[in-house]
Amino acid sequence: MKIEPKISEDILLDEVTSKEYKYGFTTNIESEKIEKGLNEDVIKFISKKKNEPDWMLDFRLEAFKVWKEMEEPDWANINYPKPDYQDIVYYCAPKQKKKLNSLDDLDPEMKRTFDRLGISIDEQKRLANVAVDIVMDSVSVATSFKEKLAELGIIFCPISEAIQKYPELVKKYIGTVIPVRDNFFSALNSAVFSDGSFCYIPKGTECPMELSTYFRINEAGTGQFERTLVIAEEGSYVSYLEGCTAPMRDENQLHAAVVELVAQDSAEIKYSTVQNWYPGDKNGKGGVFNFVTKRGICHDNAKISWTQVETGSAVTWKYPSCVLKGKNSIGEFFSVAVTNNFQQADTGTKMVHLGENSKSTIIAKGICAGKSNGSYRGLVKIAKGAKNSRNFSQCDSLLMGDKCGSHTFPYIEVDNKSSKVEHEATTSKIGEDQLFYCNQRGIGTEEAVALIVNGYCKEVLNKLPMEFAVEAKKLLEISLEGSVG
Amino acid sequence: MLEIINLKAQIEDKTILNGVNLKVNKGEVHAIMGPNGSGKSTLSSVIAGNEDYEVSSGSITYEGDDLLEMAPEERSHRGVFLSFQYPVEIPGLSVSNFIKTAINEKRKAFGQENISAKELLQLFKEKCELLNIDKEYLSRSLNEGFSGGEKKRNEIFQMAMMEPKLSILDETDSGLDIDALKIVANGVNSLKSSSNSIILITHYQRLLNYIVPDFVHILKDGKIVMSGDKSLAHKLEKEGYSFLN
Repeated sequence: MKIEPKISEDILLDEVTSKEYKYGFTTNIESEKIEKGLNEDVIKFISKKKNEPDWMLDFRLEAFKVWKEMEEPDWANINYPKPDYQDIVYYCAPKQKKKLNSLDDLDPEMKRTFDRLGISIDEQKRLANVAVDIVMDSVSVATSFKEKLAELGIIFCPISEAIQKYPELVKKYIGTVIPVRDNFFSALNSAVFSDGSFCYIPKGTECPMELSTYFRINEAGTGQFERTLVIAEEGSYVSYLEGCTAPMRDENQLHAAVVELVAQDSAEIKYSTVQNWYPGDKNGKGGVFNFVTKRGICHDNAKISWTQVETGSAVTWKYPSCVLKGKNSIGEFFSVAVTNNFQQADTGTKMVHLGENSKSTIIAKGICAGKSNGSYRGLVKIAKGAKNSRNFSQCDSLLMGDKCGSHTFPYIEVDNKSSKVEHEATTSKIGEDQLFYCNQRGIGTEEAVALIVNGYCKEVLNKLPMEFAVEAKKLLEISLEGSVG
Repeated sequence: MLEIINLKAQIEDKTILNGVNLKVNKGEVHAIMGPNGSGKSTLSSVIAGNEDYEVSSGSITYEGDDLLEMAPEERSHRGVFLSFQYPVEIPGLSVSNFIKTAINEKRKAFGQENISAKELLQLFKEKCELLNIDKEYLSRSLNEGFSGGEKKRNEIFQMAMMEPKLSILDETDSGLDIDALKIVANGVNSLKSSSNSIILITHYQRLLNYIVPDFVHILKDGKIVMSGDKSLAHKLEKEGYSFLN
């Protein structure tokens, strides 16, 4: 299924660096940003800065109007100081020092984060069939393999670019899966989104490589509002990887992304995420607030799989969902959510069955350590017309120590008699006897915890593309360092 | 190799070992027998370093060093192996990955490189044949869903892979049918050499028909009350523990 793009490192390097140059990041070290606060002028400024067409500005202004009337939700099992939305900078574009001669010239801090994860940029270059689109603070600074993809008619570019180049596509789909007024955070995102990725797979096309995006919050105090739109036309296939890393920050950072997926008839989208935003320090200070709205729509015979490994953020509020509109459509959600120290996560999924014979599978694995709090919240809704549809849910929790909390909130609504819904849940602890068994075989406690945790998460990790699975395993180890013994 | 002097150990406030003396030389096989609750499993746990047990007095010297000062993993690196009476399950962790990690952790402790894939596969193949194990089992989750016999065989398989100097087999025979017992005993016998030692902990003489001990000790109320050669085991089998009274 995959083709081997014989592109040498040098060409890739050249492409990446020249792209950066092309976007005009020339002399300044400082980021360009505007004053704090949110009003219509700020939105107009962002839109103008991006040279957007009127319909896009109207979309943003409409969203702002809606958002102003909305309340920040408080039903989730999380506690955090509500951000002051007038104390946030809503636009910030990074400027590169100079044209990079090689990827080694990248910001050392960024490089170190990648290195620690075992996925250095160098390695990524070698992963020849991964196209990398690096998003640094809102503006994409590097895109690779675009030409390769273009030959197949695949579009993979920053959404700001898509708005310029493919306005009819963006206009047709943006806000259709997640309407502007869907929720407080999606409305905010719709008003102020800075950049993100756009991906379009034409009819009958199988995307030959994993499409990958690295996100990173770069500037202290800057909210990040990513907007991603993936469209898979009839009979097409795409696997999309999204990885997030963030360097240490003292103050809380707000992140409110929106991801919309459209899987037309018989199309398949795999969307994998490894999320590692800064979780705050051991005392619960700092860390990213992550309020994400992700949803996909499946038409007839289409399939969407969400796979996520969530280890970061101080607060996570995230429910990647599937609307199974078409008959025989399939939705999947595979999740590992780790919380340690003072982290809080309220995450899960929604599977909304509308089409006949639609199927969904939910495998959610929570790991709680330290004084953290992890909740699974999932809705399985089977509409009257979704005859013979099926759902299987499995929610497992693994507790480490006795100061953490794990909760499961399943919501099940079934409106017809021919459907079948199954829900299983378990809670377990890492046993002293398991640790001693490993110790006796010469395996130290930290390593033993990693083995046990990786074993526990195996079903989910196996769903990730291989290079991502390696990164995810390392991330789990880093996240749980020092949590036992 | 191993010298235990006047070892006393307790769990919570209950004294279980009450002055154990035992000396095991290189190349020797020692059997420790005794009634339920005599402290057999406690002795193996203390040698392996299980922190549930507190050593109140006495010493254990291993290869001239104080064993009680070593962390459990260090004891393992130095060649102490315990075949558990009740091996634990670790879901999702494959047998092969577990053993590979164990081998590499030991190598790391001695500043050696990780074992090569080729070497590891060769070793797996060899030891699977030795213990009549289907290679498919290597990819199963560690002890998860294993029958009692499979768990015990898995312990001996790990022993074969790790090539320890001192192996303690804690009731490895319980739960094994006669065919499995023969296979396991054969495996243990073929691993026996003049440079390693084995302590067999068992209730029954049955195992000792297949793995012949050089010494048999009887543990009662936390003390070794009698020692002898293999004939002691036969006597025990015939007369039961009552003859000790």
